[in-house]
Amino acid sequence: MNPKLKLEQLNIHFGSSHAVKDVSLEFPANTVTAIIGPSGCGKSTVLRSINRMHDLTPSARVTGRVLLDDADIYDRKVDPVAVRRRIGMVFQKANPFPAMSIYDNVISGYKLNGRVNKSTMDEIVESSLKRVALWDEVKDRLKSSAMALSGGQQQRLCIARTVAVQPEVILMDEPCSALDPIATLKIEELIDELKEQYTVVIVTHNMQQAARVSDFTAFLYLGELIEFDVTKKIFTNPAQTRTEDYITGRFG
Amino acid sequence: MSDRVSVAMTDRRVIKGDTIFKGIILALASSIILILLIMIFEMVKESLPAIQKFGGRFLIGREWDAVQGEFGALDFLYGSVLSSLLAILLATPLSVGAALFITDIAPRKVGNFIAPVVELLAAIPSVIYGLWGVLVMAPWLQQSIQPWLVEHLGFLPFFQGAPYGVSMMAAVFILMIMIIPIITSITKEVLLAVPVSQKEAAYALGATRWEMVRLSLIPYARSGVLGAVILGLGRAIGETMAVTMVIGNTPQISLSLLAPGYTMPSVIANEFAETTSKLHASALMEVGLILLVVTLIINVMARLLIWSVTRGDTGARA
Repeated sequence: MNPKLKLEQLNIHFGSSHAVKDVSLEFPANTVTAIIGPSGCGKSTVLRSINRMHDLTPSARVTGRVLLDDADIYDRKVDPVAVRRRIGMVFQKANPFPAMSIYDNVISGYKLNGRVNKSTMDEIVESSLKRVALWDEVKDRLKSSAMALSGGQQQRLCIARTVAVQPEVILMDEPCSALDPIATLKIEELIDELKEQYTVVIVTHNMQQAARVSDFTAFLYLGELIEFDVTKKIFTNPAQTRTEDYITGRFG
Repeated sequence: MSDRVSVAMTDRRVIKGDTIFKGIILALASSIILILLIMIFEMVKESLPAIQKFGGRFLIGREWDAVQGEFGALDFLYGSVLSSLLAILLATPLSVGAALFITDIAPRKVGNFIAPVVELLAAIPSVIYGLWGVLVMAPWLQQSIQPWLVEHLGFLPFFQGAPYGVSMMAAVFILMIMIIPIITSITKEVLLAVPVSQKEAAYALGATRWEMVRLSLIPYARSGVLGAVILGLGRAIGETMAVTMVIGNTPQISLSLLAPGYTMPSVIANEFAETTSKLHASALMEVGLILLVVTLIINVMARLLIWSVTRGDTGARA
């Protein structure tokens, strides 16, 4: 099976610092892949290169190839805006638009496609909120501010907003690090459901989380890919001693 | 060890020092309010003769005759309000555009070069603006812009009459140029205060740069931008020198922007040194009082506006 997403010899520099070194990875469709590693290992940097978020940082330079369905998203002819519509992203800290209602937040990305009629929007808002198991909690107050929601609800709202755009890949950058255990559990269950429709890549510093939610795990250390394998294997029988040292808590 | 602690806790000098410091700060803080109150009191006291003589007629009267002792300030009020509002109307889109360009569109190096240049505009003394206005801009308006307007848009009441150069239009343009730096630089700060996470939220949804501005920047920054506009309006309505030099100083109410006008600060500046009577001085003082009240009303309205816009969101506040 062809991978949905493929990194080939990915190198990322910020000014003179070499943050990501020769990383090659493959993400099969409809799977969850976790990227783990200690702080500063470049895991978020790798993730953000997959939907060209580094384009916004003038000092960043990305070389190598990122293939989505065998097409290089860093090709000259590719529009980063089009890439981001196919590859959505959820951030560490929930970032709903504060001046918008719950409803408007969910539909904000979808509306960028052009004019849509009210009934289509209603349908998309409902299905997206149901998808993230938020519908029952908010269906009576869709017009109230998104800021009235709890942290976990806000994060699920952000996922709903991403899902509403109907991307193919969803990137998650430590989506639970600001949440309590119950909210975290809800998001983790959600990730498991999301992979039926999407290819998910999640960065986490929580190894239990990686073990719980992912099918594959990549371990990054100091900008290099140390090991990439089926999650079960990484956590039970890693090939590299550095991986073992990290997952057993000897450093990191 | 415990001895030293107990000594420090009862050290008179420390407690006394704090009290003195508190007293000084309190005196300094209250002196600001005191100065404001004294100013208002003095202005009301000095305006009393005019207030008593003319009452409400002063506000709606159009006669300004120092010889006959008849004073009405409507023409000045009209000139001040109209020139400031038009200036704000023109300056706001320009300034917001400039600020957006500096913060989010231009390459960082270009932005870092433009920002101080724009702020430098604010440092130019207003008499220089006035001089440039009357020597360069007014003749230019008279020779090229205004005749063109008369010819092509002369059917509108706003562009009728002879092109003099010095006019309401010249005042509006000068004010616009003068308030652009302040609105731009505050708007720039407000935009820079928008969290990166908000911009990323929009970009990650596949927003173009303009869509990011619409989704993230404008809603988050709108109250701050409104505050910037109000500050600009405050500056425009109080501006004296430059406006006096280009507006023509003719008390009249004309719909045409080509016609000269007169503003409240201008009449005070022009006539105060040569008042002919107690009543004349008192009338000028009352003009000043009206100016103060108008400024206060603008500020209160601005606060209400900002309050009503920001109610319910947690965006940046002005």
